[in-house]
Amino acid sequence: MKPLGSIRRSFAPWADPAAKPYIVFENVSKVFGDFTAVDDLSLSIYEREFFALLGASGCGKSTLLRMLAGFETPTRGRILLDGQDLVGIPPYRRPVNMMFQSYALFPHMSVEDNIAFGLKQEGMPKAEIAKRVTEMLRLVKLEAFAKRKPHQLSGGQRQRVALARSVAKRPKVLLLDEPLGALDKKLREETQFELMDLQQDLGLTFMVVTHDQEEAMTMSDRIAIMDKGKVCQVATPAEIYEAPNSRFVADFVGSVNLFEGTVARREGSAAVIEGEGITIDTDNGSDAPAGAKVWYAVRPEKIKVSARAPEVMGPNTAEGEVWDIAYLGDMTLIHVRLPDGRVVRTSQLNRQRVVEEPLTWNDRAWISFARDSGVVLTR
Amino acid sequence: MAVEAAEAKIAPVSGTGKVDGGGFIQAVTSRLVIAVPYFWLLLFFLVPFFIVVKISLSQTAIAIPPYTPVFTASDGPSGWWANVREFSFDNYLWLTQDALYFNAYVTSVIIAAISTVLTLLVGYPIAYGMARAPQSLRPVLLMLVILPFWTSFLIRVYAWIGILKPEGLLNQLLLSIGLFSQPLVILNTYTAIFIGIVYSYLPFMVLPLYASLEKMDNSLIEAAQDLGCTPTAAFWKITFPLSLPGVVAGALLVFIPAVGEFVIPDLLGGSQTLMIGRTLWSEFFANRDWPVSSAVAVILLIILVAPIMYFQRAQAQAQEAGR
Ligand SMILES: Nc1ncnc2c1ncn2[C@@H]1O[C@H](COP(=O)(O)OP(=O)(O)OP(=O)(O)O)[C@@H](O)[C@H]1O
Ligand SMILES: [Mg+2]
Repeated sequence: MKPLGSIRRSFAPWADPAAKPYIVFENVSKVFGDFTAVDDLSLSIYEREFFALLGASGCGKSTLLRMLAGFETPTRGRILLDGQDLVGIPPYRRPVNMMFQSYALFPHMSVEDNIAFGLKQEGMPKAEIAKRVTEMLRLVKLEAFAKRKPHQLSGGQRQRVALARSVAKRPKVLLLDEPLGALDKKLREETQFELMDLQQDLGLTFMVVTHDQEEAMTMSDRIAIMDKGKVCQVATPAEIYEAPNSRFVADFVGSVNLFEGTVARREGSAAVIEGEGITIDTDNGSDAPAGAKVWYAVRPEKIKVSARAPEVMGPNTAEGEVWDIAYLGDMTLIHVRLPDGRVVRTSQLNRQRVVEEPLTWNDRAWISFARDSGVVLTR
Repeated sequence: MAVEAAEAKIAPVSGTGKVDGGGFIQAVTSRLVIAVPYFWLLLFFLVPFFIVVKISLSQTAIAIPPYTPVFTASDGPSGWWANVREFSFDNYLWLTQDALYFNAYVTSVIIAAISTVLTLLVGYPIAYGMARAPQSLRPVLLMLVILPFWTSFLIRVYAWIGILKPEGLLNQLLLSIGLFSQPLVILNTYTAIFIGIVYSYLPFMVLPLYASLEKMDNSLIEAAQDLGCTPTAAFWKITFPLSLPGVVAGALLVFIPAVGEFVIPDLLGGSQTLMIGRTLWSEFFANRDWPVSSAVAVILLIILVAPIMYFQRAQAQAQEAGR
């Protein structure tokens, strides 16, 4: 496959068949009463990997982390860490630290005592603890709050204390359950990069739950998209975005246009799809045979919108009217309504300050996209 | 234009004036609401307390009531003043002269303290178990703790006589399983008093402990274990410190009434036990010395003011921290 996105990563142990995964979930299920929170899930995570779990609320992300940390026992399946089965090993003997979604800060201890708690437990010398605590306070920018109690902090500050406390021990595996959700955008971005640096410098393995796609994209080596206790796709951010394996993943990450149709012809990897009101000619059709029902997924920014009709109305073009425009500064979102009522979402980068022929509401508009701009999905 | 603006400014001011009228009534009503408990305290605590203080400053007399002076409406202000000048601290001096009283106070405080510790030792595991029990079971367990209150306190203490006496249930059991060849002497000893106090005051210990343990977030224990604590270490570093407000509340709720306890030492402790409650009782009923027994009561209250104030401060702090 041609490289996707613009980033070439040198770190890709998952592509190396000889590499041994560090954390393995083997057909793990977790059932609460009659509710299956995690459903026959298998996952391999490599040493030094920054792994993100992305999924809707209630899909079992926290449960997965809690099983790895030792607070829930898998109903079925097993979890291996560095080749060792974790079953029966209590949380306090696992080389894993977790940042709780609810923070779980000790209310009777000051910020610094909270951060130092795990280190004291380890029996680290006092001077070293003090040094580490200062370092952690700097990481989360809470130097001025060291003596405060958790109830004297804001929500975002508490979240940072929880983060610092879990990072302080520098465990081999760090599980972060929504580590940055309560922070404002600027602080979140700064902390993201600092977390990435920390992970790089110390060679830790991170498993991070997040609701924020951008955050998952920014930080992680690979992302797992979860739905109803199952993993839908595990891949690099670029692959997830450019080559989703299902409509669910395509729709979950970013925004997407899905054209439904049937495969009319196939030649090698190329395919022609007859959709309603649009014929799609693509060079990366999946292995769907002729006659199969498929969906063609195209991201908004891959679609060109023009005020003038193309010379030939070939495949991958359609005519419609401008339905909605949103100017975002760096780009403009233009929604184009096709004659059958479907709305195609596009986003146009504002490369020029002055636009010759700006589009406006109810203008005729033609959309077009290149042969390789989308993917064919069969489910 | 400017005039309009000025008017616009004035309008809300006159508006607030009207609101103030309503606010006045509201303020009076809210004061009244606060006044109710104060009035209650005044009527049923402060007034009786001053009567006791007054009696403690009087002299015994063979009369009804058995002390002088007695204030009557017919005396008039000058008569009242003459009465006030009769007041003396003789009864308090008397308390310092007989070692009996001092010993009774000290014994009472020691017995109450030991009982409080014992109640805590028994009550903590009960409260902990209740707080950890499945949600559906907790109301039943709470009910079981409160259930003894449905029977008269006196009857329950009497029942202990039947259990503890030499030929009582406990000794029969111990003898029949062959643990002892002689019946144990428990009744009429301090042990019996401890048993009685621990039994009677257990709910006062368990309930506040349960309240503080129950609201504790289990993820704190998980976090402690995650950071390397064994379950035991997590208990001592997290659970116990966080339940301290409950421990303090429970301990004081047991300690304060236990110091002045009369029924339990009287029924279970036998004649030789020296607790201030019994001393007070015998001064009052056996000796008919109301002034001295009132002085005993006032001193007892003064001894207990310190822990009561500490209790209130601890409650306020717990509320502060709980916010
Ligand atoms: N102890 C439990 N008993 C019963 N059901 C549970 C328990 N813990 C979790 N669940 C259920 O399992 C499902 C998955 O929960 P989980 O906390 O893993 O979700 P999540 O993906 O972390 O969601 P969020 O993003 O909202 O944090 C939820 O439907 C939840 O109600
Ligand atoms: Mg969660």
